Amino acid sequence: MTKRSHISLSVNGDEYETLCEPDQSLVDVLRNELELTGTKEGCSTGDCGACSIRLDGDLVCSCLVLAVEAEGKEIETIEGMAPKSDELHPLQRHFLEINGLQCGICTPGILIAAKALLEKNSDPTETEIRFWLAGNLCRCTGYDKIIRSVQAAAEEMRKG
Amino acid sequence: MDDVRYEAPESPDAAISLLAEAGSSARVFAGGTDVMVQIHAELIDPGVIVDIKKVPGIMDISESDGAYTFGAATPGMVLMAHEGLSSTWPGIIDGVALIGSIQVKGRASIGGNVCNGSPAADSTPTMIAANAVCNIVGPNGERTAPVEDIVTGPGKTSLVDGEFILSFSLPKRPAHSGDAYLRLTPRTEMDIAVVGAGVNITLDDDGTCTAARISLGAVAPTPLLVAEAADALIGTKVDDAALTKMGEACSAACNPISDKRGTKEYRIKTAAVIARRAVEIALERAREN
Ligand SMILES: Cc1cc2nc3c(=O)[nH]c(=O)nc-3n(C[C@@H](O)[C@@H](O)[C@H](O)COP(=O)(O)OP(=O)(O)OC[C@H]3O[C@@H](n4cnc5c(N)ncnc54)[C@H](O)[C@@H]3O)c2cc1C
Ligand code: FES
Ligand code: FES
Repeated sequence: MTKRSHISLSVNGDEYETLCEPDQSLVDVLRNELELTGTKEGCSTGDCGACSIRLDGDLVCSCLVLAVEAEGKEIETIEGMAPKSDELHPLQRHFLEINGLQCGICTPGILIAAKALLEKNSDPTETEIRFWLAGNLCRCTGYDKIIRSVQAAAEEMRKG
Repeated sequence: MDDVRYEAPESPDAAISLLAEAGSSARVFAGGTDVMVQIHAELIDPGVIVDIKKVPGIMDISESDGAYTFGAATPGMVLMAHEGLSSTWPGIIDGVALIGSIQVKGRASIGGNVCNGSPAADSTPTMIAANAVCNIVGPNGERTAPVEDIVTGPGKTSLVDGEFILSFSLPKRPAHSGDAYLRLTPRTEMDIAVVGAGVNITLDDDGTCTAARISLGAVAPTPLLVAEAADALIGTKVDDAALTKMGEACSAACNPISDKRGTKEYRIKTAAVIARRAVEIALERAREN
């Protein structure tokens, strides 16, 4: 039997402790040990971006991170995006208003990635948005409404 | 495997002992973007995963009198955001920028890209062209090796059990130097090179080429350093005749396979075209400084 490792990590500002296998991916631990199922797992190989999270601020695929690496780190997932329980982040609101999603499986990853982009660049061009989101696949929307949702949110956020 | 262990040593010596002890069942782990995929696909089944990211210096970038050294595990996004490195070695950054998505580059390192040993790795030809040197640590102490000596075949390297690359050193850049990397892929993003070309050239005050290095990816079992292609440029003004000769030397050096991305013949022919375009970019950059 593999010796399980004990890890403590912070997710969206809350402290968690859990046991995990030494070779278990972070997305698996977030979903199955911590029961934070907002983060999705599509491909497990870094291709689809559904598992996108922030690890100490860096945008990464949580399927390519070992859970044991998260020891002492700060993680940001979709569950932490809305500022209040009855108030959505501008990105979330514009995705709803413009129909930037259909089935929604890609959406948590895209929202996390888009938020990271807007923190770096508050006024991205369409090309910049498309390049930044190249690692987030969506099989439903055709991307156009995703781009427009990000642009609308960016505009609102610039106005403050 | 049911007895896999994870270790994150905090010194080179601790990492070396762990790696040397476990031999072939140990796996160096940097950004994990290849290792995690290989574990998931059950292509590898390591006994010990040795995360090298806590080894001092392995994630740092430093500069001394124009010569850069950077840690082998430094993520691509960190390299790209470094102003000094990216303005001095834009060709290396061209290669790094092509590695997967923003998410992948948030973790993927050049050390891992080189040591994974893929013939199509995008940063390897740029590092070879740049004359980068690997600072290697291992059970027999420290040694250095040029990047072109690392990959010996698909997925194979010249590193012995217990060794890993701690950092890469780049030489000081003479005036009028430029580098560039271009690849040909069926899609513009998230694809694997059919042909990749890394170029690094230096001109004198009159625009005559005094030094050149040209490296090709995806056209042979390992990335190639093509001395004949560089020789075709040295001593010329990099005119049309020199560029044609350079392209021919690139095609002659290719020893590719045919696969779903391109046939052998296609790779041989396009190697000349991609190398020529990369030289033209490097030339423009060399003239700017
Ligand atoms: C979706 C996706 C798209 C990708 N697209 C591209 C692409 O377009 N172009 C491209 O070139 N690559 C691409 N890659 C692969 C690229 O991410 C990797 O090759 C990466 O650069 C490896 O670095 P790493 O730090 O993640 O290495 P790891 O996965 O940690 O390690 C890779 C290998 O190198 C060894 N290793 C790592 N560091 C060292 C060291 N310092 N010393 C000795 N051995 C070491 C490891 O043991 C392992 O065998 C892609 C990957 C994914 C998941
Ligand atoms: S599940 Fe991680 S990228 Fe697809
Ligand atoms: S909304 Fe269905 S995959 Fe994007």
